[in-house]
Amino acid sequence: MRRYERNMTTLSLSENESLKNFKVCVVGCGGLGGYLIEMLGRLGIGSITAVDGDYFDETNLNRQLLSDVASLGVSKAMKAQERMGHVNPFIKIHPVTQRLTHENAVEILQGHHLVMDALDNIPSRVTVQNVAEDLGVPMVHGAIAGWYGQVTTILPGDRTLDLIYPAESVKGIEQTLGNPSFTPALVASIQVSEALKILIGRGELLRKKILYINLLDNEFETIDL
Amino acid sequence: MSIKVRLFATLRNGRGKELIVDLETNRTPNEVINGLDIPTEDVAILLVNGRDGTLDQLLQDGDTVSIFPPVGGG
Repeated sequence: MRRYERNMTTLSLSENESLKNFKVCVVGCGGLGGYLIEMLGRLGIGSITAVDGDYFDETNLNRQLLSDVASLGVSKAMKAQERMGHVNPFIKIHPVTQRLTHENAVEILQGHHLVMDALDNIPSRVTVQNVAEDLGVPMVHGAIAGWYGQVTTILPGDRTLDLIYPAESVKGIEQTLGNPSFTPALVASIQVSEALKILIGRGELLRKKILYINLLDNEFETIDL
Repeated sequence: MSIKVRLFATLRNGRGKELIVDLETNRTPNEVINGLDIPTEDVAILLVNGRDGTLDQLLQDGDTVSIFPPVGGG
């Protein structure tokens, strides 16, 4: 298909063709999630579940790819489905218009090859880690705050979030810094690259490591955990 | 003893990027963060000599302590 011609030879033909068989769950369709869905969908991941119980408001417009003036008040998960219908009609988007909770997490996450953590709060991220581990599903974590961001890839049993969030009650520095337009795009790109490597089984993962990004000082620290 | 402290992201505000802290012997990263007025909840990742460390481990002269604040937005 000419749509994927420029994926060659970054991906082999068989790798590219395999992507349509994968099912990836993106939890959160905001700053990170919008870019994740866009990039996973353009790569040709066959089935993407887009989870978000929220609706677009004006404060999302500075950074959330799926948001625009016409979509204010619209469900983020539903907008993901609508947009990808225009971008790549050869893939399926399953919108889930609920917040992920302890109660619904198993039902939402089961049956996926991979979970992308694009949430905006630490307790929900830990819930995703716990349930993904129980289900035996790998997870790619991304988080942002102002000029800063981080990415790590968590395989079942790694429990890496326990090492980077000492308590679920911890408040991230994004609470005071907010998030500009460029950090989500960057962190989401690295998450998608990790996701792709997991799916095709090639390349080096940020496993038991975290990439901590500081764009203000142009520092990219990979820390062994 | 002399401890090198590397601070990341917002922890640099008003403190700088890298500093040397002089401590009595048998001290821990807890004393380092208290001395720099860094609340415990702002310490997400703590490294001692580049490896995952704890707030209550004993430091040695010449150790490097690196501190990263929590990032949780999406």
